Amino acid sequence: MDVENLTLGYGPDEPVVSELSLAVPSGQLTAIVGPNGSGKSTLLRGMSRLLAPRSGRVLLDGKDIHQLPARELARQLGLLPQGPVTPEGITVAELVSRGRHPHRGLFARLTSDDHQAIDDALAAVELVELRDRPAEQLSGGQRQRVWIAMVLAQGTQYLLLDEPTTYLDLAHAVDVMNVVHAAAHTTGRTVVTVLHDLTLAAQYADHLVVMGAGRIAAEGPPAEVLTEELLAEVFGLRAKVVEVGGAPVVVPDRTLVP
Amino acid sequence: MTATTEVAVKPRTVVLAAAFAVAAVVLALVSLSLGTTKLPLDEVLRALFGGGDSGTRLIVIELRMPRVATGLLVGIAFAVSGALLQTLSRNPLASPDIIGVNSGASAAAVGVIVLAGTGGGNISGAAERIGLPLAAVLGGLLATLIVGLLSIQRGVVDASKVVLIGVGVAAAANSLVAWLLVIGDVTDAGRAAAWLAGSLNARTWSDAVPVGLAVTVLLPVAMMFGRELEALVLGDDVASSLGVRVSRVRLALLVVATVLAAMATAGAGPITFVALVAPQVAQRLARTDRPPLLTTAMLGALFVTLADLIARNGLQVLQVGPYELPVGVVTAAAGAPYLLHLIGRQQKGR
Repeated sequence: MDVENLTLGYGPDEPVVSELSLAVPSGQLTAIVGPNGSGKSTLLRGMSRLLAPRSGRVLLDGKDIHQLPARELARQLGLLPQGPVTPEGITVAELVSRGRHPHRGLFARLTSDDHQAIDDALAAVELVELRDRPAEQLSGGQRQRVWIAMVLAQGTQYLLLDEPTTYLDLAHAVDVMNVVHAAAHTTGRTVVTVLHDLTLAAQYADHLVVMGAGRIAAEGPPAEVLTEELLAEVFGLRAKVVEVGGAPVVVPDRTLVP
Repeated sequence: MTATTEVAVKPRTVVLAAAFAVAAVVLALVSLSLGTTKLPLDEVLRALFGGGDSGTRLIVIELRMPRVATGLLVGIAFAVSGALLQTLSRNPLASPDIIGVNSGASAAAVGVIVLAGTGGGNISGAAERIGLPLAAVLGGLLATLIVGLLSIQRGVVDASKVVLIGVGVAAAANSLVAWLLVIGDVTDAGRAAAWLAGSLNARTWSDAVPVGLAVTVLLPVAMMFGRELEALVLGDDVASSLGVRVSRVRLALLVVATVLAAMATAGAGPITFVALVAPQVAQRLARTDRPPLLTTAMLGALFVTLADLIARNGLQVLQVGPYELPVGVVTAAAGAPYLLHLIGRQQKGR
């Protein structure tokens, strides 16, 4: 997946993302981080078809995503927006089955392929036992895993996730990130996720993209990218960066604040 | 195969739809048997299948059947319209009677009654037969268009604004109606006022046929969009990334919902609360994540038929007098408490 000179914005306002280019590494987990308003969610919308670019293009296996038919694209590229609203009266398995939409005919019942994809997705997020429970009764962390199972069931090679760990406590966030990591490393998908937690991003990402003011401020392996200088420059954050398990950990240090 | 819950059509919704359909037909037959001349049910059935004496056939088929058929059909049309609008806006309060579709259709229809009226209380046959439904559809579409345009935020319709703006548009259309009633000839205005309460009294086949056509064409169309509606329930962004062309589907279904409500309004006046209540009750009973279309349709038919039965015979049974109520009074009496209940639920944040 390649992003070429992408400029994105809303209405007549100043562009939120300008002239951004990014080569997404295949079969790996790429995390996009950046301060609030740096354009990371907007970039993700532009990388799917939720936002049409003002200029530039996004290529999927060499083809512009805006040239592909909607269904065709939906079989290759899945996206989970931030904070999806779980409807009342839907079971876990039903919600996951909605991910099969782009593979199904007008009135066709679920095929054995569909059932297999749903079962695999439920197994991947470890919610097989809860499949017949109403989704609204689940905890926040479980519910988020149901949504991830929904996009996994879509069976796409490319997966975009917008802040999948928002509002989750650390333990549940780690559960979610384990699933996301496995989606790249066990099943070989190309996964791009926006994250706001720098430490979580650094622990899980193979490739870290740091955005600042609509552009890429730095990208590369987390250990190389996430430095104290970068935090000061892009985030305006005075913090220590220490190493845990080979990945950088950001620790705010109030003695550094003047 | 353990997977049973994710089939597209749940058995529960089909069973409910069948039960509502049977109940609606039974009540329709009862309705056909009641009136100034009371007929036994077997005579009604015989007349329906072409038997019996010509007098009975005249009463059943020419006099009573148009009213009963109009009731069943507007029930279906209003209910399906409400189900579509509630699903599209993900808001149980969004129904054509709340967001101004019925009011827009009414204003246009009253315009035809009053402005084309001869003062004798009857507008000419062709103007009524074609002009009224046509004006209602145009008025309904105009109201929908205004609500849609005013709800646009960042280039897309903001579903959370639709209800509030719709209430405003409904108020504007209603004041237009009030003005038309004031300037209109007194007989025309009287006729319009009776129609506005939502009445099935003195319906003829020319009222039933246009609604019947709308339902025959548009209910299947709406049901063909079932898969897309299923995705839209999850939000526009999710639906879009599942390959649904959200704007196109939304526009198509908005037009379907508007035409259904407007044709029903043209047929029997703006009967309120059917479009609001039937989809919600059907959804609760079927335990689905959106109003199931066929179940909602059958419940709408049942609701209007039952309400009309009460409207026609309720006061006599209570021995209050020989009067007949407009059916809209009965649906409102049943539906208004339900509306308050829904608002209460919404404010509790569910």
